Amino acid sequence: MRENWLWSWITTVDHKRIGILYLIGGGFFFAVAGLEALLIRIQLMFPDNSFIVGDTFNQLFTMHGTTMLFLVALPILFGFMNFVVPLQIGARDVAFPFLNNLGFWLYISGGLLLNLSWLFGGAPDAGWTNYATLALNDYSPGPGVNYYVLGLQIAGLGTLMSAINFITTIVNMRAPGMSYLRLPMFTWTTFVTSALIMFAFPPLTAGLFMMMFDRIFGANFFTTTGGGNVTVWQHIFWIFGHPEVYILILPAFGVFSDVISTFSRKRLFGYHSMVFAVVLIGFLGFMVWLHHMFTVGLGPVANSIFAISTMAIAVPTGIKIFNWLFTMWGGRIRFTTAMLYAAGFIVSFVMGGVTGVMLGVVPADLQFHDTYFVVAHFHYVIIGGTVFGIMTGFYYWWPKMFGTVLNEKLGKWNFWLFFFGFHLTFFPQHFLGLNGMPRRVYTFEANKGLETGNLVSTIGTFLMTIALLILLYNVAKSIRKGEPASGDPWDGRSLEWAVSSPPPAYNFAQTPRVRGLDAWWLEKVQGDGKLKPAEPLGPIHMPSPSYLPFIMAVGFFISGFGFVFHSWQVGALGLVVVFVTMYIRSFEEDHGFHIQPDELKPQGVES
Amino acid sequence: MKRRSPAWWLLTIPGLLAGCVSRNNMSALDPQGPVGKTQLNLIYLSTAIMAFVVIVVAVIYIYVVTRYRERPGDEKKGIPEQISGSKKLEILWTVIPVILLVILAVPTITTTFRLEERPDPAETIRVNVTGYQYWWAFKYPDLRVTTANEVHIPTGKKVEFNMTSQDVVHAFWVPSLGGKLDLNPGRNTRLVLQADRPGVYEGKCTELCGASHALMNFRVIAHRPADFDRWVASRQKPDSTAKTAEAREGKRLVGQNCIGCHAVRGAGFQVEGTTAPELTGFSQRTRVAGIMENNRKNVTDWLKNPQGLKPGNRMPAFDHLSEKQLRAIVKYLEDLK
Repeated sequence: MRENWLWSWITTVDHKRIGILYLIGGGFFFAVAGLEALLIRIQLMFPDNSFIVGDTFNQLFTMHGTTMLFLVALPILFGFMNFVVPLQIGARDVAFPFLNNLGFWLYISGGLLLNLSWLFGGAPDAGWTNYATLALNDYSPGPGVNYYVLGLQIAGLGTLMSAINFITTIVNMRAPGMSYLRLPMFTWTTFVTSALIMFAFPPLTAGLFMMMFDRIFGANFFTTTGGGNVTVWQHIFWIFGHPEVYILILPAFGVFSDVISTFSRKRLFGYHSMVFAVVLIGFLGFMVWLHHMFTVGLGPVANSIFAISTMAIAVPTGIKIFNWLFTMWGGRIRFTTAMLYAAGFIVSFVMGGVTGVMLGVVPADLQFHDTYFVVAHFHYVIIGGTVFGIMTGFYYWWPKMFGTVLNEKLGKWNFWLFFFGFHLTFFPQHFLGLNGMPRRVYTFEANKGLETGNLVSTIGTFLMTIALLILLYNVAKSIRKGEPASGDPWDGRSLEWAVSSPPPAYNFAQTPRVRGLDAWWLEKVQGDGKLKPAEPLGPIHMPSPSYLPFIMAVGFFISGFGFVFHSWQVGALGLVVVFVTMYIRSFEEDHGFHIQPDELKPQGVES
Repeated sequence: MKRRSPAWWLLTIPGLLAGCVSRNNMSALDPQGPVGKTQLNLIYLSTAIMAFVVIVVAVIYIYVVTRYRERPGDEKKGIPEQISGSKKLEILWTVIPVILLVILAVPTITTTFRLEERPDPAETIRVNVTGYQYWWAFKYPDLRVTTANEVHIPTGKKVEFNMTSQDVVHAFWVPSLGGKLDLNPGRNTRLVLQADRPGVYEGKCTELCGASHALMNFRVIAHRPADFDRWVASRQKPDSTAKTAEAREGKRLVGQNCIGCHAVRGAGFQVEGTTAPELTGFSQRTRVAGIMENNRKNVTDWLKNPQGLKPGNRMPAFDHLSEKQLRAIVKYLEDLK
């Protein structure tokens, strides 16, 4: 059983394999949510269309948003973090390998639970923001919103675990000499992102618990007739929801910083101010949630304070943009696909960023709020930022992860189609919004000047779909007969490029000694092109794989499924499975195993 | 031709290219009242500042990616100089955005406070707005008039909308007149708007409120003050009598089928329903259910199949009535003036 490859992937505690698992999981949900987007745009292709109307349409955009934000963007970024961060800091693994595996399976468990709603009882339909009272039993009968509440709780638990893991890893497991101000930017953004998760997810959990009690156990947190308050949900949701968008964008910023400096062959311009900007953005991210609620009617004082704090975020973001531009300035830029995506990001993201500041202008926001202008804005930052970041990272780290190079020609087709498709889709939406199209509508009237914009937008979506199919083909091709990649195919700067592609299970045979920023580049330019070891070659301690996290996730899944249908017995049964596995785990004595030095040498590994 | 700000061109030219700009009476870019105009000015100001930022970035960007892209033969030149940064430049692009944001923040804050000032009650028409899934109730507390899905206002006068919701959160938005505000169950919000010119302005619900959120439309109909007064007078004395024998049969059927939820004032019905739009003066409405032109065919279709036209609404289908009976009801509705 233990020799089976599937079982070895399920039980793996290797951060690199878990990283790949996150990519596969995120990729799967990306396909699902992308299909949902395509259906949404087909319905909105023509006025008065009747392809998908009413609740079905609401289910589509609810699931599209929820899936993209919770099950696609963050998990794929987690995939990169898992794979790359320990390598970048010269560590052999993450701090808690068991927890890492558990986090992944909880994510899959919650994600599957959420998506099974399509098959059993209907998907949630109250929007990804799930506003009360629409999301309460009176107005959303049926199990739909229960899936949202329970699926996100389970997946969120996994996210929180991963964040704790990354923080501990970065604080405790850096190689000697890897001071905080020598960390590669991607590691820095992972660190700040994980801190944001630590503070942002608990409010979400609290909110989801209250919603669960309202829906399943008959409480009255948000029921106005029972003395509840609907605005409380909005506050709680956005106290989580606003930092969430920075949780999504900061790791992408890290990817761009690494990629732009690598492909410009220059060190990052203004590294210290970049670090400062990331920390400041992370901090300010918690200070602006109310700008999602300017139309709630909370008064001019509250609205003004949050308008200013919102605009303030533009300053550190601007610092980053100009630093990237000046990293390229005077460099020698190689336009690989990864770099194309990074360059495409700069223009796209600036456009999304400036509309963000415009949304902070309260009186103007009263016109923008909940219209297609906002839809355009957040797709500009989330696709133009996060998805471009994911694409950049994908092309950049693919050789490291899989040992083959993706076809650059196909990559360029993929980029240009995606880039134009993206702008074609979302640029007209600014004007659709200003011309009176609210968001989340399944239809619009003819002869109101909304036809062309919607048609163009849908055509853009098709282009993006074609671009992603090309990517898929490229991946398939690369796996079947890709060109083998060397350990350092891009002439990289950070430590992950110092090991073979793909790296051995133990990463570095000897923990490296770090002598400065861009540690690997430094050794290539100032040293003999080899990392200096910080320890003698010795046995390497490795953790044992474990099947317990998978079983625990199955327990959570069963329990969630039970509670969705108000079945206490099934819900309790699932929790029993969870607690039994916890019990077993706490009495398990497994100290892992060692890889002996003589096992390392035949593989030709030398750090 | 009047001078347009550069931001106007920036916003409208791409819109024209996309075929989106037209006098469509639901555009925030074509305001018909002072609130909408103030908001549009801020949209222009912010667009101008932001366009400046985008242009600066774009110029540097285009220069950098063309000037510094690797060309064949560049490999021999060795590695570019590894610059760590520049204090002066970094301070420069921290300070300039701060200045730009201050320029934007000052009018933002002053306007925010100004738009929320309470208008002089003597100069103001008050309208109580209640949101329901998926229709709007409008009550004029000082004029003792009630309508649904269509709100009439006088031009040149401030209108204070006091809003709340009966079920879920809705949002009240008339793009041509000004920005939106939520209708929260259990709470009141206030929005002051004004129309300068007579006309019909489309309004929409902009907060997701359920299956037919897309169809929760309403209209603001602005009259010259004298016309408005006439409208108020006609609404205060509605004519709800049936004119023909067929309409009298219709009235009887309305009494049997509709009055539990709908109200028809001045018709002598014993009950006046409150859970559905008031039907008093129905023939004067421009639309049926807020979404279709008010004509005989659409009213009949609506009575037969309300779920098909507006999914998830609370009106049951009256398909158990015969064609003749439906015709009679429609006839009576046509007599409501």
